[in-house]
Amino acid sequence: MVAAINTPSPAVAPLLQVKDLHAFYGESHILHGVEMTVGTGELVTLLGRNGAGKTTTLKSIMGIVGQRRGQVTFGGTETIAAPSHRIARMGLAFCPEERGIFASLSVEENLMLPPTVKAGGMSVDEIYALFPNLKERRRSQGTKLSGGEQQMLAIGRILRTGARFLLLDEPTEGLAPVIIEQIGNCIRQLKQRGFTILLVEQNFRFAATVSDRFYVMEHGRIVDTLAHAELDRRMADLQAYLGL
Amino acid sequence: MTVFGVPTQALFGQLLLGLINGSFYAMLSLGLAVIFGLLNVINFAHGAFYMVGAFVAWFLLQHLGISYWWSLILSPAIVGLLGIVIERTMLRHLYKLDHLYGLLLTFGLALIIEGLFRNEFGSSGQPYRIPDQLLGAQNLGFMFLPNYRGWVVAASLTVCLATWFMIEHTKLGAYLRAATENPSLVQAFGINVPRMITLTYGFGVALAAFAGVLAAPIYQVNPNMGSNLIIVVFAVVVIGGMGSIMGSIVTGFLLGVVEGLTKVFYPEASNTVIFVIMIVVLLLKPAGLFGKAQ
Ligand SMILES: Nc1ncnc2c1ncn2[C@@H]1O[C@H](COP(=O)(O)OP(=O)(O)O)[C@@H](O)[C@H]1O
Ligand SMILES: [Mg+2]
Repeated sequence: MVAAINTPSPAVAPLLQVKDLHAFYGESHILHGVEMTVGTGELVTLLGRNGAGKTTTLKSIMGIVGQRRGQVTFGGTETIAAPSHRIARMGLAFCPEERGIFASLSVEENLMLPPTVKAGGMSVDEIYALFPNLKERRRSQGTKLSGGEQQMLAIGRILRTGARFLLLDEPTEGLAPVIIEQIGNCIRQLKQRGFTILLVEQNFRFAATVSDRFYVMEHGRIVDTLAHAELDRRMADLQAYLGL
Repeated sequence: MTVFGVPTQALFGQLLLGLINGSFYAMLSLGLAVIFGLLNVINFAHGAFYMVGAFVAWFLLQHLGISYWWSLILSPAIVGLLGIVIERTMLRHLYKLDHLYGLLLTFGLALIIEGLFRNEFGSSGQPYRIPDQLLGAQNLGFMFLPNYRGWVVAASLTVCLATWFMIEHTKLGAYLRAATENPSLVQAFGINVPRMITLTYGFGVALAAFAGVLAAPIYQVNPNMGSNLIIVVFAVVVIGGMGSIMGSIVTGFLLGVVEGLTKVFYPEASNTVIFVIMIVVLLLKPAGLFGKAQ
């Protein structure tokens, strides 16, 4: 049972609390009562095989899944019935798995697109310092960038908005090792700056280098959770879950 | 003086007429393109809104003594509001379904609106005076240019290019282009996309009403004026490529001129030339001259 899982209980109420979350695409019932919490400043990774429901979980939190049910509280406010633009305005930002770079916008337009939702976002110069490639190519069409550059753009553009809670869906998928390292450095920097991050990864080795805590998802449910310190001891379990 | 055996006077006259028609094709197909881009709805009621725009101007002048110049603003505002109500109460419920349903709904609306106006006003036209400031004509040396016709071309060009600029070169336009590609992601960034869709429909419809006001002094204000025009405009949209902004403007003016020239050189084909071009384009480049293949 989900309730039996030993979730480390933060002293203060968690920033994000998900309880009994169900999600549907038309007739198909995809999430079956997801339970998770993310504390302020934490980096939590959601692991699981292809098709387990990780992307659907992020989309449900963001409010862009057709139909969802249950509880998703952010900073103490229930968001399950809110439209996604209202959820974004509370300070959550989403970086989708397919990156979502707009072909009809230049790199710079893509970067400037998400509106400011809170004060204190990173400046454009800071983002260009983090990802120098983007500055060089700012006049190009967004989708003319390489896969790695598109990923940097997809992350960069949500750093401008002042959102402090980032949902990153497989940011290393399909990228070369040097680029993965660059993304990893970026994520560590964001953590130092105090961002809260919910990461989805298939690349377990990458996730292990940045995460505080892990959830494992199977068939639309959270089936296990572990802290970074438990990694070595639980490695065999993890490999079984992920089919490594 | 003659060109290819045609008196230049007649040639320029038809060119001007072509430009005038092109002005209306461009404004209407632009509105259709903007609406189709974001809503995925082929707005068959576009011709009806154009007609209503002309009637609102006529009503404002006839019954309230409100001038042409005020009507240029008031009529698009009123018809745009009507569009907003229709989007909120009807169209909104169809986005999850196939394109075809939006087309059927707007087609039905067009029939209802035009039927109501025919009932009320019959099929004969109501005259609308050219505003005093635009009476008269300019002697250009090679031809006389009636002031009002010059104004229509200039006003249409201005409105079309301003719309193009807004969509391609402003922040608001970037939201619109992005939401055309991926509305749910744009909404997940914190933009109220449903409201943007409503306003876009209102804007497209207001553009049709603006064209209607411009048309009122040229053609008679008549319940059928929209349905006569809209068939040609749909052909223009198909030729230009559904959803392309600059494409619809350029194609609109270009086909107006082609039609005018056909009247000079081969008058028998002047009513069909656009449809012939449409068929050729569909065969050679199905996405349209400016459209992107899917
Ligand atoms: N748009 C959709 N319509 C129907 N089913 C979907 C859709 N998106 C995902 N699914 C299904 O939902 C399940 C979970 O998918 P997803 O959340 O993308 O998994 P993951 O991100 O863990 O790989 C899969 O079985 C997938 O086939
Ligand atoms: Mg996924």
